[in-house]
Amino acid sequence: MVAQLSKGERQLSVIVLLALALAGLAMAVAGRADPLGVHGIIVILFSAALIFVVLAQFNAPEPSPERLKDYYDDPSKVGIVLSMFWAVIGMALGVWVAALLAWPDLTIDAAWASFGRLRPAHTSAVIFGFGGNALIATSYHVMQRTSRARLPGQFSPWFVLIGYNLFCVVAAAGYFMGVTQSKEYAEPEWYADIWLTIVWIAYFVLYIRTLARRKEPHIYVANWYYLAFILVVAMLHIVNNLAVPVSLGHAKSYSAFSGVQDAMTQWWYGHNAVAFFLTAGFLGMMYYYLPKRAGRPIFSYRLSIISFWGITFMYMWAGSHHLHYTALPQWVQTLGMTFSLVLLVPSWASAGNALATLNGAWHKVRDDATLRFMMAAAVFYGLTTFEGSFLAIRPVNSLSHYTDWTIGHVHAGALGWVALITFGSIYAVVPWLWRRQAMYSARLVEWHFWLALSGTVIYVFAMWNSGIIQGLMWRTYNESGTLTYSFIESMVAMHPYYIARAFGGLLFLLGAIIGTYNVLMTITGHSKAVEEVGEDMPHRAGAAISAEPAE
Amino acid sequence: MSLDHQTLVGFAKSWGLFYLMALAVGVLIYTFWPSNKKRFQDAKKSILDEDDKPWM
Repeated sequence: MVAQLSKGERQLSVIVLLALALAGLAMAVAGRADPLGVHGIIVILFSAALIFVVLAQFNAPEPSPERLKDYYDDPSKVGIVLSMFWAVIGMALGVWVAALLAWPDLTIDAAWASFGRLRPAHTSAVIFGFGGNALIATSYHVMQRTSRARLPGQFSPWFVLIGYNLFCVVAAAGYFMGVTQSKEYAEPEWYADIWLTIVWIAYFVLYIRTLARRKEPHIYVANWYYLAFILVVAMLHIVNNLAVPVSLGHAKSYSAFSGVQDAMTQWWYGHNAVAFFLTAGFLGMMYYYLPKRAGRPIFSYRLSIISFWGITFMYMWAGSHHLHYTALPQWVQTLGMTFSLVLLVPSWASAGNALATLNGAWHKVRDDATLRFMMAAAVFYGLTTFEGSFLAIRPVNSLSHYTDWTIGHVHAGALGWVALITFGSIYAVVPWLWRRQAMYSARLVEWHFWLALSGTVIYVFAMWNSGIIQGLMWRTYNESGTLTYSFIESMVAMHPYYIARAFGGLLFLLGAIIGTYNVLMTITGHSKAVEEVGEDMPHRAGAAISAEPAE
Repeated sequence: MSLDHQTLVGFAKSWGLFYLMALAVGVLIYTFWPSNKKRFQDAKKSILDEDDKPWM
C-alpha cells in the first residue's frame, strides 16, 4: 500500500505523522497524570507505529504512472476491514452492557468496566467505528465510480481514514478512563473534537475536489446524500462541541451553552446525528449498491431527489422531540413533533423507492443474501421511521420516554437499517474491490443474514415489551393517588426481557463475526473466491451466486 | 428592535414557514422540469455500466 504512494506523498506522510507525534508529546507533557497525558502517549504510539509502516517501504521504487488510469481503492479496502473490526468490538461491548443489565455482577468490580463507561464505548464503536469507517470506505468507492474520476490525490484519503480512526481510538480509550463531556454521542473531550474537526474538513475538501474532477456531468443522487452527511456532520460537530477547557493541561471542559439551550443544542446535534450520520450517508449506500446489486435502475430518480431535499431540510427541526415535557418552550416541542411527523413522507418515499426497485427482481432477493440484506434494511428503515414519527407525538412520548421502548426503536434503526444496509453493501463491494468472482462463501452470507435478522427481531420485540410494561408501571396510580409500583418492581419485571435482549444481541454479534471471517477469507483468496477477474467489475457477483439455490 | 425571545419566535413562525414552502416549490419545479427528464433517466441508468475505470 505504501509503495503505491509517490515519493513526495511518502515524505508528506512522515512529516504529518511526526507533527502528530509532537502534538501527542505536547499533550503528554501538559497533561501528565491527567487522562489528557495518557491520550498524548496513545497519540505518540499511534503515530510512531505508522511512521514505521511508511519507513519500511520508504525507498520502494516510484509507482507506475499507469495507476492513475484506475480508481484508487486502497483506502476503501483498509476502511472496510477496519469497519468489520470495529463492528466485532462494538457489538461485543454491546452484548456485555446488555448482559450487565440482566446480571449486574458482570461488571467485575473494575471502574473501567462499569456500565457508564462501557456504554459510550459500545455506542461510539458501533456508530463511529463500524458505521463511520463503512461510510468513509464506501463514499470513496461510490464517489469515484459515479464521478468517473479518480480521487484527486493519494495522501488526503489516507489522512481522513487514519485520522478518523485515531479519533475513534482516543474516544474509546477516554471512556474507559472516565473521560466524557456528558453529551450523548458527543462524549469525547475538546482536544479529540478539535482533531475530528480537522479530519472532517479534510474529508469535505476531498469530496468536493473529487466532484470537481468528475467526467460525468450529472452528480448521481448517492453523492448528494454522502455530501449532506459530510457537510451537516461538520456543522453539528462544531456547534455542539463549542466548549472551554479548564486548562490546556486538562481533559475536562465546559460547554459554551447552559441550561435548556445546552439541552436543545445537544439534541439538535443528537437527532441530526441520527439523520445525517446514520441515515443520509447510509441512504447514499443504498441508492448506489442496491440498484447495482439488483441490476436494475432505481425505481424513481425524481422521487429520490424529492426525498433527499425533504430529509435534508426537515430533519433539522425535529431534534426538540427529545425534550418533550422539559423546560424547553412548548412551541419548540410542538415544532419538533410536527416536523417529525412530516418526516415520515420523505422517509417512506426512500424506503418505498428501494422496495419498488426490487419489484420484478424478487427471485434475486430470494437467491442472493447480499441483496436480501439490503431489502431487509429498507423494510426496517420504513418501520423505524414510522415508529420514530409516532414516538415523537407528545402524549405517546409521555409513555415511551425514558423507557426501553426508545432503546428498542434505536436498535430497530441501528441493527435493522444501518447495520443490514452496511453488511449488504460490504458483501457487494468486497468481491468488487479485491477482484474476486464472489464472496468466499455464499452459505456464510446466508448464515449471517438469518443470525442478524433473528437477533434484531428478538432484540426489538424484547424492548417493545419491556418498554411498554415499564412505561405503564411508572404511571399506574392506586386509589389513594400514589404510585402502585416501586421502581425496583419495574426492574424485576424487566429481567426476562433483558436476558432476551442480550441473547438477540449475541446472535447479531455472531453474525458479524461470521461476516468478518468471510470477508477476510475472500481477501486472502481462499478456494471459491480465489479466481481473479479482469480489469472491470466482476461480472455482477450476484449473478454468480444466484445460479446456486440458497442454502 | 431588540433580539429577544419574541422576535426570534416571530421570525421562525413567519419567515421559517415561507422559506420551507419556497424550498418545497423550488425542489418540485426542478424535479419535474421537462428538460431535466432525460438527464435523470440517464443518471439512473449510467451507474449500471460494467466498466470500472475513470473516464479520461
